[in-house]
Amino acid sequence: MDNREVLVDIKNLRTFFYTEDGVVPAVDGIDLTIHRGEVLGLVGESGCGKSVTALSILRLIPNPPGKIIGGEIFFHGEDLLKKNEEKMRMIRGDKISMIFQEPMTSLNPVYTIGNQISEAITLHQKIDDAEAKKRTVEMLHLVGIPEPERRFSQYPHEMSGGMRQRVMIAMALSSNPELLISDEATTALDVTIQAQILDLMRGLQKKLGMAILIITHNLAVVAEMAETIAIAYAGKIVENASAKEIFKSPRHPYTYGLLASIPKFTEKKTNEPLPAIEGMVPSPYHMPKGCRFNPRCPFATEKCREEEPEILELTPGHLVRCFHPIES
Amino acid sequence: MAEKAIEAKKKGQKKSSEDYTYAGMVFHRLTRHKLAMVGAFMLIFILLFVFVGPLIWRADPNAQIEGLGGLFNPASRAHPFGTDDYGRDVLARMFFGGRISLFIGFISAISSTLAGGFVGLVAGYYGGWADNILMRFTDAMLSIPTFPLLIALASVLGKGVWQIILVIVVFGWMTDARLVRGLVLSLKEQEYVEAARAIGASANRIMWRHLFPNTLAVLIVSTTIGIGGAIIYEASISFLGFGVQAPFASWGNMLQNAQQFIWNSPRLIIYPGLAIFMTVLGFNFFGDGLRDAIDPKLKL
Repeated sequence: MDNREVLVDIKNLRTFFYTEDGVVPAVDGIDLTIHRGEVLGLVGESGCGKSVTALSILRLIPNPPGKIIGGEIFFHGEDLLKKNEEKMRMIRGDKISMIFQEPMTSLNPVYTIGNQISEAITLHQKIDDAEAKKRTVEMLHLVGIPEPERRFSQYPHEMSGGMRQRVMIAMALSSNPELLISDEATTALDVTIQAQILDLMRGLQKKLGMAILIITHNLAVVAEMAETIAIAYAGKIVENASAKEIFKSPRHPYTYGLLASIPKFTEKKTNEPLPAIEGMVPSPYHMPKGCRFNPRCPFATEKCREEEPEILELTPGHLVRCFHPIES
Repeated sequence: MAEKAIEAKKKGQKKSSEDYTYAGMVFHRLTRHKLAMVGAFMLIFILLFVFVGPLIWRADPNAQIEGLGGLFNPASRAHPFGTDDYGRDVLARMFFGGRISLFIGFISAISSTLAGGFVGLVAGYYGGWADNILMRFTDAMLSIPTFPLLIALASVLGKGVWQIILVIVVFGWMTDARLVRGLVLSLKEQEYVEAARAIGASANRIMWRHLFPNTLAVLIVSTTIGIGGAIIYEASISFLGFGVQAPFASWGNMLQNAQQFIWNSPRLIIYPGLAIFMTVLGFNFFGDGLRDAIDPKLKL
């Protein structure tokens, strides 16, 4: 498993936001490895630092108020955090692309979609307009948009949400990136369209072989897509393992709680309420001392309230940040 | 009967959603805006008057009739609007003066909108200290009492059409700068700007390709209304004697000339005054209607 080539290696990434009310450690020491051609799911609740991690990779953190204050992001062995803006621009949209949550507003309303995809292509490749158009039509065809020639000259408002997300995917894949970051790309779509888009992404991944970082709060999405899953909680990764492992034997109490709270069809009908994780995500201004999950953890001990656990490899390929991991 | 009506309604709906482009929709809504149509007709009348008029009434605006008998003639077949204090044909002067007034109005309104748009775009996009410096400068420019300085500037720069345009632009860009800055502040938070950044677009590219076109609707309206204001400015500067110089006519200096004879020949003041009034009102009505037509949230 580990003889695969490492594409992105995030080490101890720390991205803080300096607001008027105080410092928000949105990402506080995240480690993440993405291999070439791997589909990695990054799962967590709102505000746990998933999107900030993604934006940090592309160095798109709005500054001020945000700032990457520490860590390293190696891409092909080079630290992206040390690159200048000019070099980063060459990487964005070329080697690493991103698709966003809101397909309705992610396209500029004043340009045709063909124009916008062509822009993404000509920004990184020295080709003329006719060739860019040809490639754009190809891309539209690839993402399953019917009548790509006609669609080429349509404006975003003439398309549905699902179609626009396909356009966004076409734009992101137009220069054959090595990593595609999908930041809640299917969240705003209804379930049937969501399934179509996920299907499309999986198909394209097989065809083109790029790595995908899927950011979502929806476990069902990663269950379908990801080979590896990282669970984030309050700015840190708490568990990282293969998808099979995570769903079969979650070791971190938080992961366990997440999985337990999914209703199952196979269970007999009971009158028991669905299990939920007690409490709330801690306020970013007042992180609890010790393990960040301790106020909500049923297994928390004195040690958990005092010390912060390190992330440890319990079994090969299964990393957990907990003093009292659940036995498999 | 009923089926036919439903079918016709369907057709009507189809037309409104698919067959109209954005520009087509704006035009359609504009034609249904009564005040805008009144303004448009006033403007068409003025434009015809100024550009087609001289083709029909061929008279030299600067030619003087020799002798005292040629001065202050009332309207007659030879001079439909009469003659002025130098014995020149007032109708011909109205044509050519109007051309200059409209030219100054157009050029200075467009230039000041572009200048203001540029300042607003840069201030709004970069924010921070760039925004602070540019907007405080804008505030400072707005706080200067315009007229005394305008006269001072006009006297320094000299008298002429281009000088007037420069003066109007220097004192006219501030409201557009504020308008565009406000708009850009909200536009730059849109996802498509982030998406553009994520495909590797540079700051310049985002500003000019992605943000600027989205402010155009507002800028076009502002220019339209600005033309009226610029024509008034030109008239005021010319009225004070710093504008377009004799013998060349502009509506403003015709007014200025006529003020001495207001009791003897009031028509000399009424013609250019009425022309300015109609033009400015026409542009204001039309601009107002254009704003309503462009706003997609407003149902007309």
